[in-house]
Amino acid sequence: MWKLLQIELYKIFRKPRTYIAFGAIAAFILLIQLALLANGKDYLQFGLGFLDDSFEIPYDKINNGYWICFLVLNLLLIHVPILVALVAGDIVSGEANMGTLRLLVSKPISRTQLVLAKFFAAVTYVIALLAWMALFALVLSIVLFGTGDVVVAKSMEMHQIEKVDVLWRYFAAFGFAALALILVASLSLLLSVLSDNSIGPIVGTVCIIIVCTLISEMQIPLYDKYLRPYLFTTYMLGWKGFFYIAVDGDGQTIRGSVENMPAILKSIGVIVTYTLVFVTASVMVFRKKDILS
Amino acid sequence: MKKTILAIIMLCLLTPFVLYAQDVSQLVEKVKAKIEQVKDYTASGKMKTNVSFLKVPVANVVIYFKKPNQLKIKNEKGISFVPKGTVSINLNNVLSSGSYTALDAGVDKVAGIPVRVVKLLPSDENADVVLSTLYIDEARQVILRSRTTTRDNGSYELEMSYAKYVSFGLPDKIIFSFNTKEYKLPKGMTFDFDDGSAVKQEAGKTKNKKGRAEITINSYSINKGLADDVFK
Repeated sequence: MWKLLQIELYKIFRKPRTYIAFGAIAAFILLIQLALLANGKDYLQFGLGFLDDSFEIPYDKINNGYWICFLVLNLLLIHVPILVALVAGDIVSGEANMGTLRLLVSKPISRTQLVLAKFFAAVTYVIALLAWMALFALVLSIVLFGTGDVVVAKSMEMHQIEKVDVLWRYFAAFGFAALALILVASLSLLLSVLSDNSIGPIVGTVCIIIVCTLISEMQIPLYDKYLRPYLFTTYMLGWKGFFYIAVDGDGQTIRGSVENMPAILKSIGVIVTYTLVFVTASVMVFRKKDILS
Repeated sequence: MKKTILAIIMLCLLTPFVLYAQDVSQLVEKVKAKIEQVKDYTASGKMKTNVSFLKVPVANVVIYFKKPNQLKIKNEKGISFVPKGTVSINLNNVLSSGSYTALDAGVDKVAGIPVRVVKLLPSDENADVVLSTLYIDEARQVILRSRTTTRDNGSYELEMSYAKYVSFGLPDKIIFSFNTKEYKLPKGMTFDFDDGSAVKQEAGKTKNKKGRAEITINSYSINKGLADDVFK
């Protein structure tokens, strides 16, 4: 299995398209950092300026490395599934398209092992992508802007997390994001198994995520009641839950707390369940697949 | 003859009010004199902010004051959302101008302490402060509560308790109540995480436009000199 995984990883990282995601993420984050270095205060004032009449808002202090990492994740994690689909959607169908799949399954390895090796290779790619993102979004932002308290603006309230209470939340958030992106990879894998060309699974994954995200975020009561609870995209933003802090009876934040841990655990449960369903379905379909290409 | 009698009656009726007005003016002057002993101070303490839409930790703050009316609250280590009107915790703002009319509004009690209620009406018609009501502890000559109504910035209330620094008229604890604007950002901008299991916001909870900041002072450093730079 380890050998198979190495071969699959070699195949992934040999393709130039794999590095598009790494390049895009680095470029995007660097552009945000440059913009915030130049106009961080203006950007913050655009969002929070309506509070200027009531409070003295220390924009310069808010514009720190920890907050910038949160902003990057907020802007980027919605789009990263597209980058994951670019690789995971191609992982089986790409070989079918090139005509190497028939050759591959003729080797003395089970089809289950083959699909699982491809899945774990996609998982490795996802983790590498997130590590790369963490390097730029968190480490580089800290180097450039320093650390400080994180201010998280929700639609109805604002949370402030003390500097000493932030770092573990990022580890948890990146861990959660890894699970969410692995789910996307497993969906891409399933579509890839069902298809004989690369474009279909990639575009299919992206379309499913866009449609489901729209339904999740539209706030239409009908959808909220009958569709939203069953869509995996509803739970993919769960990483943010680590940045919603609980308060005591006096309204003051409690260090080390999370406002709604059960919701985060539920989201993890839903994401893991969907992933297992997609991977199992991929294995079952691939085992019965009539490989003609 | 009738006119003379009428004049005497009027004089008898109005004299107590004039005397009272003189009394409260003297009282306000005594309070003012006490406050004016302080040319500058640096105070360290803790600030608790209680606003319906703000979830913030207790902040360690340093308050800088310099005569006549420079005041700055800073959180050296972290971020603090300091309510705009906290500058009014410097009572010099209210009293130092001297151009006001003090009216006696009777007696009352604040935290069980008997106080004289004084209303200050600014002489300047264009002043931002329209009316200040002071609840003055006559025995200690300090203000325990003040209510200020402004032309543009709503009204705010201060409640103060005194201990170690009462001789300077400086409080050990200040509760500042103020008005806030409604907080609301578009969900399309914030992308909130909501799996549906979260306790829904009580209707109108974040529309509560009253905020409260409680500052507890640990220590003051009084009249030691203060550079203007700290107020920038």
